[in-house]
Amino acid sequence: MDEAESGAGCLVTVRDLVFRRGDRKIFDGVNLDFPRGKITAIMGPSGTGKTTLLRLIGGQLRPDSGEILVDGQNVHALGNRDLYGLRKRMGMLFQSGALLTDLNVFENVAFPMREHTRLPESMIRILVLMKLQAVGLRGARNLMPAELSGGMARRVALARAIALDPMMIMYDEPFSGQDPISMGVLVKLIHELNDSLGLTSIVVSHDVHETNTIADKIYILSEGKVVGEGTPGSLTRSTSERVQQFMTGAPDGPEHFHYEAPDYSEDLLI
Amino acid sequence: MFQRLGEATLNSFEKLGRGSCFLWFTLGGIFDVAARPGLLIAQIYSVGVLTVMLITVSGMFVGMVLGLQGYTILSDFGAEETLGVMVAASLVRELGPVVSALLFAGRAGSALTAEIGLMKATEQLSGMEMMAVDPVKRIVAPRFFAGVVSMPLLAAIFSTVGILGGHLVGVGMLGVDDGAFWSQMQATLDYRDDILNGVVKSLVFGFVISWIAVFEGYDSLPTSEGVSRATTRTVVHSAFAVLVLDFLLTALMFGDF
Repeated sequence: MDEAESGAGCLVTVRDLVFRRGDRKIFDGVNLDFPRGKITAIMGPSGTGKTTLLRLIGGQLRPDSGEILVDGQNVHALGNRDLYGLRKRMGMLFQSGALLTDLNVFENVAFPMREHTRLPESMIRILVLMKLQAVGLRGARNLMPAELSGGMARRVALARAIALDPMMIMYDEPFSGQDPISMGVLVKLIHELNDSLGLTSIVVSHDVHETNTIADKIYILSEGKVVGEGTPGSLTRSTSERVQQFMTGAPDGPEHFHYEAPDYSEDLLI
Repeated sequence: MFQRLGEATLNSFEKLGRGSCFLWFTLGGIFDVAARPGLLIAQIYSVGVLTVMLITVSGMFVGMVLGLQGYTILSDFGAEETLGVMVAASLVRELGPVVSALLFAGRAGSALTAEIGLMKATEQLSGMEMMAVDPVKRIVAPRFFAGVVSMPLLAAIFSTVGILGGHLVGVGMLGVDDGAFWSQMQATLDYRDDILNGVVKSLVFGFVISWIAVFEGYDSLPTSEGVSRATTRTVVHSAFAVLVLDFLLTALMFGDF
């Protein structure tokens, strides 16, 4: 009961999460809170399991221990039917976009509506055009995914993610590999969608600058633990070496430049 | 070495287990497929209809070769009239189901594996899961059932065209009596023993090939190499399975144990 009350302002809560891949601990007792209606960012060096975290929240992976509550429901205690019910209210934006390559842009956005609702065709058309208008791609409705640039594909995927008016969206590396203009477009879109639709957003990213401009709250993960949390401003002023290294992008620091290896001179001689 | 052997054995049993579970879920998708026949029909088109041309041409040539070879041997015994029986029986009982299954595995099975494998590699399946759409029901099940439905039909086309090919060579070119060709065939071939057993065979082959194809695709490593290996495995394992099962089924159907 206490748990539920303390988490009342949070849509997603992660408690004591432990997840192993083989012998490697990806998460080792991680606690995270994602407040409703806010943009929360998860940052950290590549390979710290940021994408894995989103898959855990979406119920695609099972944690070794700990629990994840989404809107009060323990994701990994749900049966298949309830899990799918919950997923209808979650949107996820994959790094690759994950558009269905045999359907055009219009059909891709219409896909979740056709699968989950019995709306008449005229209604679907209106809804799809509204979603595409929101991401500025109403004119691209007849293109196939192969004809889209990376940034456009991500925007179509975003339109598809909001097709069923979810309560939250998870963005997996929305900025990586984007030119400055489409990066700006995505920053604007994430912000606008969050505010106008009253969404809760979780952004996984390692682009410090862009993330700083949109996030209300940032968690920094490293080696399976939360090493820093707070608003973008407080993290920039943080005295923690790990946080500083990440925020300023220093090549060496607590996070070593070299992957763990035997002594260099010995390695060369023997 | 023993360790490796043991590991390989365990791995293959584990894979068989995963494959069986997967088959179970796929079969459970039959209700979803029944509720949306449009998906099934679209897949029957790409799995079955697009294979018809290959099956027809191959069947024609196999039938023609049978006619030619059969005539040479039968004429030594003065039994050219039974050419129709020989061509039809070998096609309906064996060559129809088996050769069309091998062609089907090469043409449609490999395409299924590659398609599903690539959808996995490009996160489309994962994306579907996150949209609360079960990819096993939406993508795998229609393809699987399309394969099961298509295979007997393709085998039937193969045999029919093959018989026509045998007729073309035997009657048209080598001068076997037209009436004898057909009447001997009608008198000798049994509906249950020959035709139905052939259909059962091709149903079993269609089931196994489709199962292998969709499972290999779904189970493939999500890389280009992984998909290419899975596609190869589909063709190799399907061919193996078809030939071994053909022997077993033939022994069950025609063997006198």
